[in-house]
Amino acid sequence: MTSSASITRAEVAHLANLARLALTDDELDHFGDQLAVIIGAVSRIGDLETADVPPTSHALPLTNVVREDVVRPGLTQEQALAGAPAAEDGRFRVPRILGEEA
Amino acid sequence: MSAGVSTASDLTRLTAAQTGAAIAAGEISAVETTRAHLERIAAVDARVHAFLHVDAEGALAAAAAVDARRAAGEQLGPLAGVPIAVKDVIATSGLPTTCGSRILEGWVPPYDATVVRRLREAGVVVLGKTNMDEFAMGSSTEHSAYGPTHNPWDLDRIPGGSGGGSAASVAAFEAPLAIGTDTGGSIRQPAAVTGTVGVKPTYGGVSRYGLVALASSLDQAGPCARTVLDAALLHEIIAGHDPLDSTSIDSPTPPVVEAARAADVRGMRIGVVRQFAGEGYQPGVQQRFTEAVALFEDLGATVVEVDCPNFDYALPAYYLILPSECSSNLARFDGMRYGLRVGDDATHSAEEVMALTRAAGFGAEAKRRIILGTYALSSGYYDAYYGQAQKVRTLIVRDFDAAFAQVDVLVSPTTPTTAFPLGERVDDPMAMYLADLCTIPSNLAGNASMSVPCGLSPDDGLPVGLQMIAPPMADDRLYRVGGAVEAALRDRWGHLLIEEAPPL
Repeated sequence: MTSSASITRAEVAHLANLARLALTDDELDHFGDQLAVIIGAVSRIGDLETADVPPTSHALPLTNVVREDVVRPGLTQEQALAGAPAAEDGRFRVPRILGEEA
Repeated sequence: MSAGVSTASDLTRLTAAQTGAAIAAGEISAVETTRAHLERIAAVDARVHAFLHVDAEGALAAAAAVDARRAAGEQLGPLAGVPIAVKDVIATSGLPTTCGSRILEGWVPPYDATVVRRLREAGVVVLGKTNMDEFAMGSSTEHSAYGPTHNPWDLDRIPGGSGGGSAASVAAFEAPLAIGTDTGGSIRQPAAVTGTVGVKPTYGGVSRYGLVALASSLDQAGPCARTVLDAALLHEIIAGHDPLDSTSIDSPTPPVVEAARAADVRGMRIGVVRQFAGEGYQPGVQQRFTEAVALFEDLGATVVEVDCPNFDYALPAYYLILPSECSSNLARFDGMRYGLRVGDDATHSAEEVMALTRAAGFGAEAKRRIILGTYALSSGYYDAYYGQAQKVRTLIVRDFDAAFAQVDVLVSPTTPTTAFPLGERVDDPMAMYLADLCTIPSNLAGNASMSVPCGLSPDDGLPVGLQMIAPPMADDRLYRVGGAVEAALRDRWGHLLIEEAPPL
């Protein structure tokens, strides 16, 4: 990693696709420039020598967190569907999952 | 509290502790104080815009229930009947919860967050939901899809963020208390720039169940108030172990109320973080901070300088860890089970609908951080970015460990500048990120921290915040130190700093 790390417009478009964000051309240009600045700034962490340093994923790690296995009420079907953009026959209705060719 | 309390505007000027005591003594009713705050909101919130939703009916019903329980002779807690504002990132059953985003416009959660359940059980009256940067990403509330909140000290300036609505509601006397959440400074930085008190408890000290996740390893809910004691009383209600949050700490809450009442720093060792000074720090902020450090010595504490060299890398590490967790957490907003759906016209596939929905539903900052996080987690970049940032996190924890071997608490300015003008940094992400320079290390290490007002900056007459940081589960030290600073400054000025805010 070098501090001259940058990001191309094509990379931003690829990442947006991976993240399921339909960005406009203007957004791709604008975010590309801004992300290059941000990535340049954060790449500074590469200057630190960390070969012997373990990673920290959680500030205060807890292990084997368990609780009593007791039955407690969950959401009713009506509650679960209450915020759905579309529901049908007591289920979430979603757009087609497969493409035309499938 | 005195018998002089008679008008509605008087009721909004009381502290939460005074209001709770007056209700317990039967001098005022919960309905009266709730109504006074609803009237205040109606009078000033068109200009402040601290609230996204006000639940007048629900608040009055909750207040009436407290009055009825009191009339029946029930002994209730110290904040029963006291109104509160809740940040819109926390699930409230029956009340909209938007997280400041279009993608959740109109969503009404089918359950209460544990924090909200605890508030309701304690008889605290929820007035409504406060404005915030979208999904808690920002330092100004300008990234709210519903328009910015305005700083009550100067309506053309930012109230801080992401919890600008919560801080502004308290500073504008629309509520004596609020709930905030702090991932990189979103309770403390708004407190600093609005002249109020904000606390980020130890990570795991307050349940995250029902808090819509931004960065799960950093997020923490906590109290916003106008006094240190009020913050402590609220802290005690919302803190404690919750089996519904697997990161919740299963041990007693530190004695925060007792510490706030003691407010004594004699014999304590206080460390000034050498790294939090110099370039980028407004001279007026630096001046008030230096005076606060001198005050500690006057009050009988020992002050030493402490070196935390890796703190210089906290901001870059944070802006890799946070976007990485954010890009993962925000994947749940896919337009399938709740929230916005765009393009569902029988021609688009589910994946296309997701992409169109997220493009329409997320604002610019959310999109930037999702892309940045997706990048940092990509194969080929993972070790250099996310992996390296996690190692830097270890180095920051070690800096804190070494510092707390020498001192009881660390202090710094909460944020390098006072409230900046609305619009100044909204499209300059790196400039916006610098507002959290001093607050981020505490989130990365999971320890406890607080901001209290320490004066007005001589350059612009705006509030300056003093940050204190204590080791994990030593939250009581913050209240002991913060309470002492507040009391000493109140003696000097004859009133709290917030009393100097211009009338709205």
